[in-house]
Amino acid sequence: MTREEIIKPENLVYRRTPVLTDNVMHYCPGCGHGTIHRIIAEVIEEMGIQDKVIGISPVGCSVFAYNYFDVDFIEAAHGRAPACATAVKRLNPDKFVFTYQGDGDLAAIGTAETIHACNRGENITMIFVNNAIYGMTGGQMAPTTLLGMKTVTTPYGRTVEANGYPLRITDIIASLPGAYYVTRQAVFTPAHVRKCKKAIRQAFENQKLKKGVSFVEVVSNCNSNWKMPAVKANEWLEENMLPFYPLGDLKVPEK
Amino acid sequence: MAKELKLMKGNEAIAESAIRHGVDGYFGYPITPQSEVLEHLALENPIKTTGMVVLQAESETASINMVYAGASCGKKVMTSSSSPGISLMQEGLSYMAGAELPAVVVNVVRGGPGLGTIQPSQADYFQSTKGGGHGDYRLITLAPASVQEMYDFVGLAFELAFKYRNPALILSDGMIGQVMEKVVIDDYQPRWTDEYIAEHFPWATVGKPATRKHNFITSLELDSAVQEQNNIRIQKKYKECEEKEVRYEMINCEDADYLFVAYGSSARICQKSIELARAEGIKVGLFRPITLWPFPSKQLKEAAKNVKGILSVEMNAGQMIEDVKLATECRVKTEHYGRNGGMIPDPNEILEALKKQIM
Amino acid sequence: MTEEIIIAGFGGQGVLSMGKILAYSGAMQDKEVSWLPSYGPEMRGGTSNVTVIISDERISSPRINQFDTAIILNQQSLDKFEKTVKPGGLLVYDPNGITEPPTRKDINIYSIAATEEAAKIGNTKLFNMIVLGGFLKIKPIVNSEFIQKGLEKSLPPRHHNLIPANLEAIETGKKILNPINVL
Repeated sequence: MTREEIIKPENLVYRRTPVLTDNVMHYCPGCGHGTIHRIIAEVIEEMGIQDKVIGISPVGCSVFAYNYFDVDFIEAAHGRAPACATAVKRLNPDKFVFTYQGDGDLAAIGTAETIHACNRGENITMIFVNNAIYGMTGGQMAPTTLLGMKTVTTPYGRTVEANGYPLRITDIIASLPGAYYVTRQAVFTPAHVRKCKKAIRQAFENQKLKKGVSFVEVVSNCNSNWKMPAVKANEWLEENMLPFYPLGDLKVPEK
Repeated sequence: MAKELKLMKGNEAIAESAIRHGVDGYFGYPITPQSEVLEHLALENPIKTTGMVVLQAESETASINMVYAGASCGKKVMTSSSSPGISLMQEGLSYMAGAELPAVVVNVVRGGPGLGTIQPSQADYFQSTKGGGHGDYRLITLAPASVQEMYDFVGLAFELAFKYRNPALILSDGMIGQVMEKVVIDDYQPRWTDEYIAEHFPWATVGKPATRKHNFITSLELDSAVQEQNNIRIQKKYKECEEKEVRYEMINCEDADYLFVAYGSSARICQKSIELARAEGIKVGLFRPITLWPFPSKQLKEAAKNVKGILSVEMNAGQMIEDVKLATECRVKTEHYGRNGGMIPDPNEILEALKKQIM
Repeated sequence: MTEEIIIAGFGGQGVLSMGKILAYSGAMQDKEVSWLPSYGPEMRGGTSNVTVIISDERISSPRINQFDTAIILNQQSLDKFEKTVKPGGLLVYDPNGITEPPTRKDINIYSIAATEEAAKIGNTKLFNMIVLGGFLKIKPIVNSEFIQKGLEKSLPPRHHNLIPANLEAIETGKKILNPINVL
């Protein structure tokens, strides 16, 4: 078989969604961001809303998300993505608006914006990638860092005395009346990826209903700053992260 | 309906002007002495008439970032606050200057530092005209001296902000914000349509049609060589602004032996001091910068040619005087007179200061 | 003509609204006006004042420290503003609660028992209009037809039924003015 025969359309089993650009991602091999980007882009493609989406990227590893999504994008100041999304959606109520934030951005410096955008019930989709560490700045403690976990700012392990408790912010979000759909997902196995994509699809579809925030936490990894190989990082995630951040829906719309 | 005459507070004039100038969104947080802006907008509820969004945010930080994102979409968006709130907004203003976004911010200044006082002040001159946040940038800064100018400068500030893709600041104070005067107000201008925005602001993030590449708004550029070029481009824009956008007013300067240089409230008080001075036979005039950045340096230099001395009158410890001295290259005797912490100088004491410090 | 007025009293006495009605009336008569209130904590229960300027010419400073007229409604304000009246100027005060009456001999002084009169009428809210009437008796800087227009502009429509009572209170004020020191 020639190359041309192999790449005939009928033989196609997988292709990159056109909602992602050709730019090479800067994420470390094994990182969850690439997968999460892909499934969001696929959802946008499948819903046929590429021309109606405005994304908001954070400060953190995904600061350059605007280079990878082929949709209009705004790069927000650290923690302010929910405030940005609030304005974009209110000024463009017929557009699909989503934020993409990490744990430091959403649950530390941007806690006020997160809580208030959710509490106002903004009709937006919020994607929260929780890998329990600050990746971009080199592995410092995050609000979601587990007790005992070593980071460069908790070199002897996080302790309650020194650093307080890891923050389950998604549980707080679920308690707010303005949050319509709140779920915690992961992408470390193909089955989890499929489930997470379904949740993200739901979170985007919900914008049509104008009933409030749809919030998807994705428990992810950071093999580089966790200082372990990618496969080991996924095992560590399953053994340590999931008991504290259990997967599943925290709030589902009443039928 | 054509022009209409109303009696309004300065803060209300800002709000009314926003609605009538087709502003798309206002995002703000209460703080004395400017809360009437948000209150008037809430009462008018323009979402039902012009479609303008009015939102009370959770903080000034959130407000300015809502403005940042609204401006990214090519919308006419604004916020207002007073000094401590404006300090919180400096991050957002720097980001907007970096991302080259047009927006309007109103500062109804109160006395500082810190929580300070709620009374009028001009102590935010440096913050407004020299950058304010981090990085090499400027805000186009307009200083209204009447309620009519509060009204008019909303339209002017948006015009300049969009022309230069840079935030514009209306630098007012508690006195101009709270005083009620006659205002001539215009008919309603319609808000821009989505088609207008897409055509005139091809950079705006309005949703990517199949016909163009995706737009993104960012102030981030890790490649220093590229970032230097970005900065050079922004500075070129500022040079052009300095050439073209200087605004000022001269009152009783034709025969003046002495000059007051003052803006905003101080300029109003100085006009009374001039009346008192001229009744005593002292020939004094007023040079009033309307744009504080770009500062009318050339024009002031010219105006100062034949005077014996200049008194820079400011409700602060002496900030604008630095620009006055730079403009005149220190060739004229220049002194500062000011009150602080929310105290407003009265016309007599300014005249006394002129006699004591300059004459 | 330029008339520079300070109105001062307790918060809640209608100081600001009296000034507003005067300013609106002047504006209706095509005059230049400015109305500058004190604001902040002193508004809440404490003293409150407003500077009103009505002029045929462009108004320079809305903030001044010498006045053609001071309208004074409590002792603290009298202590503070008696000295700010220009020589030959006017001071109108309500004697209610005044223990140390004004003493200057170089200004015109009138008292107006507006608190008492408003109680007699049975509507204490008309107090400030009675005072305004007293002032207008001495300085008719705004014609009465424009006072009516000023009331229409400054009162919300739901209170427009009260305009006749307000106008009547102004007339009452003109009648009960009591000269103390007339130059």
